[in-house]
Amino acid sequence: MGERQITLEVMRYRPETDTEPVFQTYAVPCQEEWVVLDALNYVKDNLDRSLSFRWSCHMAVCGSCAMVVNGTPMLSCKAFLRDLPDTIQVEPLRNFPIERDLVVVLDDFMEKLRSVKPYIVPKEAPATPDGTFRQSTKQLKMFKPFAMCINCLACYSVCPQYGLNEGFAGPAALALAHRYNADSRDVGRKAREDVVASNVGIWECTFVGACSEVCPKDVDPAAAIQQTKIASTVDYFTDLILPGRKVKGGPGKAAGGKA
Amino acid sequence: MEVIETDVAIVGAGGAGLSAAIAVAERDPNLKIALLSKVYPMRSHTCAAEGGAAGVAKDEDSLDKHFDDTVSGGDWLCDQDAVEWFVERAPKELARIERWGCPWSRDADGKVAVRPFGGMKIERTWYAADKTGFHILHTLFQTSLQFPSIKRYDEYYSTDLIAADGRCQGVMAIEMRSGQLKTFAAKTVIIATGGAGRVFPFTTNGAIKTGDGMAMAYRAGVPLKDMEFVQYHPTGLPGTGILMTEGCRGEGGILVNKDGYRYLQDYGLGPPDPWPRKKAMELGPRDMLSQAFWHEQQKGRTIQSASYGDVVHLDMRHLGQALIDERLPFVRDLARSYLGVDMVTDPVPVRPVVHYTMGGIHMENLVETPLKGLYAAGECACVSINGSNRLGSNSLTECLVFGREAGQRAAEQIGSLGAVNDTLVKERAEASRQALADLHMRPHSGESVSGIRREMHDTMESGAGIYRTADSLAQTCTDMANLRDRFNRVALEDKSAVYNTDLIQALELQSMVEIAETMAHSATKRTESRGSHQRLDFAQRDDEVFLKHSLATYNGQAAPTIDYRDVVITKSQPAARVYGGDV
Repeated sequence: MGERQITLEVMRYRPETDTEPVFQTYAVPCQEEWVVLDALNYVKDNLDRSLSFRWSCHMAVCGSCAMVVNGTPMLSCKAFLRDLPDTIQVEPLRNFPIERDLVVVLDDFMEKLRSVKPYIVPKEAPATPDGTFRQSTKQLKMFKPFAMCINCLACYSVCPQYGLNEGFAGPAALALAHRYNADSRDVGRKAREDVVASNVGIWECTFVGACSEVCPKDVDPAAAIQQTKIASTVDYFTDLILPGRKVKGGPGKAAGGKA
Repeated sequence: MEVIETDVAIVGAGGAGLSAAIAVAERDPNLKIALLSKVYPMRSHTCAAEGGAAGVAKDEDSLDKHFDDTVSGGDWLCDQDAVEWFVERAPKELARIERWGCPWSRDADGKVAVRPFGGMKIERTWYAADKTGFHILHTLFQTSLQFPSIKRYDEYYSTDLIAADGRCQGVMAIEMRSGQLKTFAAKTVIIATGGAGRVFPFTTNGAIKTGDGMAMAYRAGVPLKDMEFVQYHPTGLPGTGILMTEGCRGEGGILVNKDGYRYLQDYGLGPPDPWPRKKAMELGPRDMLSQAFWHEQQKGRTIQSASYGDVVHLDMRHLGQALIDERLPFVRDLARSYLGVDMVTDPVPVRPVVHYTMGGIHMENLVETPLKGLYAAGECACVSINGSNRLGSNSLTECLVFGREAGQRAAEQIGSLGAVNDTLVKERAEASRQALADLHMRPHSGESVSGIRREMHDTMESGAGIYRTADSLAQTCTDMANLRDRFNRVALEDKSAVYNTDLIQALELQSMVEIAETMAHSATKRTESRGSHQRLDFAQRDDEVFLKHSLATYNGQAAPTIDYRDVVITKSQPAARVYGGDV
């Protein structure tokens, strides 16, 4: 195992003493196969007990350790040193308030996730002997990719709309809303539209697609939002055409109206 | 100090904690629920479980068969009344989270698919590709968001139970964002904090698995049961300890030594063919597979890897890319990323890795501890359905079944428990505040969290690993007593309030040191070999003396006291564990 000397420039912010974030540099002797998180843990255990960051699984599934590495948000447990230069700059996720060092405040996302009703709204209980719904592999494939979101929030860090409009529900929350809309067991799409198709929902997305580029789990939130836009537009025009259906708001900016 | 009053306080928001919270909310929406976790719920380690969750699904399967596989897998240390109760509820709870949206993999007819796991007579492991725990956790968490009575306290680190007057009356917790200690005055408390794999250096367990809940209960006087039983999973990636799911072998993967030989046939698990075959060879139980690796290593038949030490090969090439990508895409990516090995074209180097603590908080009646008002569920609890070696894929189901029961039981018993005693709660809260203040004020001593943790890892691995002896354990007991003493001098270098992980890691280390000591002492006293507890100096199982659970009781600064309690046998008399399957 080869050793490699890395210069780690870590953004620090200690709200009790710092007026603004500053970079602190650490010289870290690393193993070739390490990830950025290993280097941070080396700092924590050997150089500076005060450095704070979140992590747990070290296998790219708990979503705790997303941070901005050399300008790009990624899971630090899967940011391999072999892919990075000898000087590595590490910052907290952007578009969130910094709580301390690399730890950001997640309150806004947690509330937005709740607002899109990310749970099954069932039509009726399954009438099978084992009490489960039947679902074909094809039906499973309709929503499964969007169920892969680990809530690491790398997508929010690059979303220009989330940066500008703090009300915007954002890529992960909208992808998860779509995950349930697209599930054959669910009939909750109308209930979700209050948020999803409102002025904080899908119509705010300008389809830059940065969210999908940085997603470590290939969830493709941009595609989820586009699919939702189509479904929502169809709804709007169906409501216009069919008698007895109530038109609520509009399909969004593109059609000149907003809820 | 802020006092938060609640009916139910749940510590831990993984599979078991969330199941408990939803059960309380469904049962009585008027009950106040405080759901505390040191991480956000979706970070809980349930998310790392890969292969699946066990519950009878096939017509040709039966509850009796699930019972038999569990009890023989546990080398007859399971309480059989609890296992019967568990296997009956398992399919119902798995069906419940299907209705809540869990993306289970499906058969062609749209029914939930099942796969075989180790030590299993018939396939009964429900799976969502190879990210089952992840999907179960997110399904539970997202489902929980519809219940307004579940008030979450994310990133609250619980430090102590408030045990007074023969009853649990709440829990103390640090709000990590502010550093403030808060009192949760609770009529009932449910612990659901998971396992303690981080006591060992090489583990599949995430950083958060430090056994805090077990340690809190232990300090409050509740014994820890069967702590000598620690499961090594046979297939971890060298270096990181990342798990290659048992599903790899369930789908047909094989294990070979340096000669390309399927060595498990030499350890009572053969013959090798026909393959795949249930309850045989690579589908034997985890304890026996990990022990076989150790013997191969002694014989010099493992593969010596320059970077990673001794390994064997997990070979899945014959499964083909299509099946691997459909059923094992996550572990394929993990092996490729972290080891540079593609299982489609090359065998994957693996070695045994600490995975699961069978032991835990002593349960008297499925989910109730001996302390009134205190409940527990999931890996932190020892019911015991896992005996001396847990059957693969029982643990996710255990979280659902017992998590739900803990919630229901707590909700049911609140009425008879009555109000908490404010004076006693305040007294205990003050003691916790003082202890925390003392830790903050402790003068620099040269003792560090990372230093003591490293030494704990070394002595646990060398003295209390897959094979143990009186000498190795005696050394570990001595080392741990020494480390516990030295921990009392650890000083914080970070004195700040906001998100102080120096403080949190110190408290986690305290939990781990206490737990490691119960493991070493329980293992010393058990002079037999059973399941995951293997003594080179006492190679046989001894039912005359040790068909018993061990109970480790806290003694402050002294070593724990170890007592015993009979195992509950209902219908399966202890017998030889027979694997090799029907040829």
